[in-house]
Amino acid sequence: DIDDVGHKYYLELELEDVLDKDRTVSCTAEVLYHLGSKTSAPDVQLTVQGELRSTEEADKEFYNRIRSLEKELVAENIPDSHGNVPPELEPIHLLAWVASGYVIWQNSTENTKFHLAQVKHVKQVKRNDEDLQFDFVLLLHEMVSQEVLPWEVTLLWHPQRGARVPQS
Amino acid sequence: MRLPVLLAALVAVATCTETFFGHQVLRVVPQSNEELQKVQELQDLEHLQLDFWLAPRRLGLPVDIRVPFRSLQAVKAHLEASGVSYSIMIEDVQALLDEEQTEMLRSSRQRAVDTTTFNYEAYHTIDEIYNFMDMLVAENPNLVSKLEIGRSTENRPLYVLKFSTGGTNRPAIWIDTGIHSREWVTQASGVWFAKKIVQDHANNEGVASILETMDIFLEIVTNPDGFAYTHTKNRMWRKTRSRHAGAICVGVDPNRNWDAGFGDAGASGNSCSETYHGPYPNSEPEVKSIVDFVKSHGNIKAFVSIHSYSQLLLYPYGYTETPAPDEQELHELSAKAVAALSSLYGTKFKYGSIITTIYRASGSTVDWTYNQGIKYSFTFELRDTGRYGFLLPANQIVPTAQETWLALKVIMEHARDNIY
Repeated sequence: DIDDVGHKYYLELELEDVLDKDRTVSCTAEVLYHLGSKTSAPDVQLTVQGELRSTEEADKEFYNRIRSLEKELVAENIPDSHGNVPPELEPIHLLAWVASGYVIWQNSTENTKFHLAQVKHVKQVKRNDEDLQFDFVLLLHEMVSQEVLPWEVTLLWHPQRGARVPQS
Repeated sequence: MRLPVLLAALVAVATCTETFFGHQVLRVVPQSNEELQKVQELQDLEHLQLDFWLAPRRLGLPVDIRVPFRSLQAVKAHLEASGVSYSIMIEDVQALLDEEQTEMLRSSRQRAVDTTTFNYEAYHTIDEIYNFMDMLVAENPNLVSKLEIGRSTENRPLYVLKFSTGGTNRPAIWIDTGIHSREWVTQASGVWFAKKIVQDHANNEGVASILETMDIFLEIVTNPDGFAYTHTKNRMWRKTRSRHAGAICVGVDPNRNWDAGFGDAGASGNSCSETYHGPYPNSEPEVKSIVDFVKSHGNIKAFVSIHSYSQLLLYPYGYTETPAPDEQELHELSAKAVAALSSLYGTKFKYGSIITTIYRASGSTVDWTYNQGIKYSFTFELRDTGRYGFLLPANQIVPTAQETWLALKVIMEHARDNIY
């Protein structure tokens, strides 16, 4: 407890790479939930101890594949009702996870627990610069209220520059 | 009804260019001239791109409006601000269209002819599961029988499988799956459990010894209306499909509708909420039928209600922080059950009372059964912990069922060995 400021949490985390289960990386984080403020996201400081696996090859391949599409990519219901994700859409699924991470961070309090339930819809938007742009409609499941809520979020991604959510 | 004609027209359009994902069809029945005017006002707001399936004409006649996703908030706010009540007729137009298309493909799918060729590694429809039950009974008439304990709101039969080697009103174990319809791995696991019980009995191993002195009751599709809805309209539907007087939205959370701390903190009084407790305890026939069954049976010794997801084993209470009188025994039994589960594939489960482990929840199933004197009352939350959540890939059904079964056996054996 920090008087007049909020609640600060010190976390020791172990990250597991879902694509390489034997690989774990430790990190530490400090999370500050501001007192009373329902509209401001918690402050997060993260330190990664160790290295994340390089995905340069796969990133480049995905980037080139999407850039060379004639029609903009559109997809729905990832995973589908049976939990299936077509292999060519798996990178989109992973980018949706990143986007959901941003939305969850912006909307979390000490009394919420969000997970990405499904990518309801994704539409690629071609850009004049080198970023890939994906407009998502994500379904987020909140554990305490049990609500599944749709959220629109745009994600920009570039193999070297990484992912970001543009501020509108 | 008008609906199929309109949908057919939409299918024609949809196959060309437009999609209708997230579009909802709202129904308003104006009860006063003021309400009628408010609805007519919507027709002039072109930017909302509303599509009136049934245009406003006069009082008392329904007005059906297809609302694009981006206009939903504005339309609902406009109606709510004027106190105009509406109901959601179609939650997601695109999903309905998609289902219409896949339904045509599905009707050519092969149906299993016996429980040996049944595909346990896939998710099934309610018809397929009900057919499975009939086949299981037909193949094992001396062990398995099917009981109808009631009917759902939409008049679907509520079936319980009874596994018994004889006796009269033997002490019994109850297992239910699918009370929350979107938790598909649970109904799928229930189907696997049913087959497993039969196999163990045939091979005189596993639960065969339990069946010598106890009966097992298994309700696989505990919320059939909700389950049908997850197949046809909204994969994320959790509640029942009841419509109560004065409620704006459809459905009651069947795991908040029991008479244990009913209506206390840990449930919602808002019908649009996923944790709506309903107008009064046991308002839902899906719940009442189990209550009636438990009370009239009178000899149930263990009660397990299965949910997903989170990987938890929970015991009472959810509605109060007061520890259950048997907390120590339940906690130790949970530890054993979780260890057995984990031994198969390393799946990690946490365990504890509902309120300390997951959240405060009032009116929940096992709080009621525990207060009825059923000491071994447990709730499971199966795989996973959020990566796929409700949309668990079908290839995880059998591993999930196998590991969960090990935990269930620990609980059943303890109940058998600790008569009370």
